[in-house]
Amino acid sequence: MTSLAWLIPIALFLGGLGLAGFIWALKSGQYEDLDGAAWRALEDDPPEKPRPGA
Amino acid sequence: MARTIAADELVEFKQREAGASPAGSRAPSSSRTITLAVENMHCGGCMRKVETALLGVPGVAAARANLSARRATVIFDRDAGAAAPLVDALEKAGFKAAELAPDTIDNEKDNPARPLLARLAVAGFAAANIMLLSVSVWSGKGGGADDPTHALFHWLSAAIALPVVAYAGQPFFSSAWGVLKRGRVNMDVPISLAIWLSAIMSLYQTMRGTDQVYFDACVTLLFFLLIGRYLDQRVRITARGAAENLIGLQSRWAHVIAPDGTIERLPSRLVEPGMRIAVAAGERFPADGVIASGTTIVDESLITGETTPRTAAADAVVYAGSVNLGGPVEMEARAAENDTLLAQIARLMATAEQARGRYVRLADRAARFYAPMVHSLALASFIGWMIAGAGWEHALTIAIAVLIITCPCALALAVPAVQVAASARLFDKGILLKAPDGLERLAETDVAVFDKTGTLTAGVPSLANGDAIDDATLMAASALAAASRHPYAQAVTQAAKARLGAVSAAGGVEEKPGFGLRRATDGGEERLGSAAWCGVDDAQASAASLWYTRPGAAPVAFRFEDKLREDAAATVDALIRAGYRVELLSGDRIEAVAAAASAAHIADWQAGLKPDEKIARLDELKAEGRRVLMVGDGLNDAPALAAAHASASPSTAADISQTASDAVFQGAKLSPVIELLATAKKARRMSFQNFAIAFGYNIVFVPLAIAGFVNPLVAAIAMSTSSIFVTLNAVRLRTAKLELKA
Repeated sequence: MTSLAWLIPIALFLGGLGLAGFIWALKSGQYEDLDGAAWRALEDDPPEKPRPGA
Repeated sequence: MARTIAADELVEFKQREAGASPAGSRAPSSSRTITLAVENMHCGGCMRKVETALLGVPGVAAARANLSARRATVIFDRDAGAAAPLVDALEKAGFKAAELAPDTIDNEKDNPARPLLARLAVAGFAAANIMLLSVSVWSGKGGGADDPTHALFHWLSAAIALPVVAYAGQPFFSSAWGVLKRGRVNMDVPISLAIWLSAIMSLYQTMRGTDQVYFDACVTLLFFLLIGRYLDQRVRITARGAAENLIGLQSRWAHVIAPDGTIERLPSRLVEPGMRIAVAAGERFPADGVIASGTTIVDESLITGETTPRTAAADAVVYAGSVNLGGPVEMEARAAENDTLLAQIARLMATAEQARGRYVRLADRAARFYAPMVHSLALASFIGWMIAGAGWEHALTIAIAVLIITCPCALALAVPAVQVAASARLFDKGILLKAPDGLERLAETDVAVFDKTGTLTAGVPSLANGDAIDDATLMAASALAAASRHPYAQAVTQAAKARLGAVSAAGGVEEKPGFGLRRATDGGEERLGSAAWCGVDDAQASAASLWYTRPGAAPVAFRFEDKLREDAAATVDALIRAGYRVELLSGDRIEAVAAAASAAHIADWQAGLKPDEKIARLDELKAEGRRVLMVGDGLNDAPALAAAHASASPSTAADISQTASDAVFQGAKLSPVIELLATAKKARRMSFQNFAIAFGYNIVFVPLAIAGFVNPLVAAIAMSTSSIFVTLNAVRLRTAKLELKA
């Protein structure tokens, strides 16, 4: 039974890690455009501003 | 270096910017960001084209397209930039775009669904972990309540549950507190009470060392309710955002003439009184004001419902949204004055909206009798067991069990689940449901009142006497017409496209604004335009609004009418079959309204109505005990839309009318009105089914709870299953085949 003393904290910590990760992703705007994000994953480089004369 | 900005950078930038300028002073000129609505952006490729096009505009530091919201955000280098070059760049890339007003929902910064999602995540985390601990307790072989492991697990559950309840339950608590302060009850009151009572009682039982601990039920309840609330919020924000995009994309440019004679293009919402604006032939007036120079013909059908164009000379008042059918004019923008139509409409709107604020939603009506019933039932069980001599601790345990079993989880999900399914269904069909209680009000209507111009009709001129014009003439006329953006010319092109398949524009066409088009051919000059332009004598001139002449042939007349939407009559028939009384209230002339009413199978009609007369008719119907659905588009309908029990408008409607409506439907057909009402009525029936499921489950379990047979395991199972049943029932609405029934 003493194993519970460290198993439960570890379980809660790992779960909390997942929760913190989700909230970070939420706060940084990663859930604002789910349709767009699916497409962006397939893109190579983000478009750059065309250089003058290029 | 300009680039596509990452999602998190955009959020940070916007928050920094919002922090830098005090709230309320978000003047568009001080902001370094511009948000554009972008139509027809459908895939990753489009998104990339939009971003590339925006980055090509000088002064743009970064750009990011949002595919879900159909919007793009642009950040400028140093100073605020203008929207015009951005919109031009997108148009060149093949996208129609428009700047959004600063008070629209900003997805990256203040999306109200986001904090709700965070609370939902926290509640989900807690529910899962507490359930793990609870399952161990229920299935464990330990020595029952006295086992120290039980006590440990209960204390751990308490440590997780209490802060989570305090944080994640706030949307319910603040709403409940808000109505309690005003001496009323809504569904959030029994929810908040159940959550807090079960949490506190469970804490007390944990201290006493019993197994009557309900932290799992308490947090799972919160989790389920937050799911419902989040989905509800999300469909509403999606619909509202799409509605804002529609209004934004309708917005017009004003060609403002500076004192030095240069012309600057400004979004019409930035026009200020006193500015002089050039309005070309065929354009809509961007602002209210008076004609400063020139004479023209104005089509005011969107404002007054009147389809006959009116002549406007210098000093004549013109309203934003009316079409300049004649020659180019200059206008001076004026602020709305007290005696104008607009001021009158604004006053009527304010009165009408006050009246509507008093509607009580279905769930809150249920809560009104549910909350006192449940709480007295719990109290009665406590007193009953005390009298029976059970001892106050046992009596209290049973009272808590009763409270938790009756906890309105399924009841609180009953309406939102249906609402979410219905909104999503309507959204898929191009109908945007904006008002949160709109669906419930729509379901109660029994009279449908239509406006004519732009609602029953398409709102744009189309060729009326096509049968009298032979193919060769139509082809020749459309070759000229293709060069012009005038509404009549476009109607000719449309008619030719429909009959001949394609239109080939002729070369060398010259347009004289306000008069017509001409082209030199081998045999002489072809002309398409007004009677004066084509040299038609006065006797014939009044017969038609557009003429076509070519050397050696008699002039051909082109007449136009505002045609009924193709399914207008079918829609009206379906409404009448479903038991609706249908009326037509129009601001147009009596002959035009009579013709439209008979074509659309409407027996009750009134013509020449002013906005306040429309409201007066709605009040009459209300006094008869009828509940009116108003469908209209014009500015003159806006007060009636706000005053009616429920309202809908097409997406071509004036801004104010769209804002006042509960629902906005897209497309050329009128049948969305049927879909809207059928969905609303079905949603109402399903809400009642869900109430029945919720009550049925209470009828089974409450006696068990009162009798003392309920333990935390039974409570958790009963609550989850009832919530799932209610939700599954609602999901059926998403794909159900619906028919509008009486």
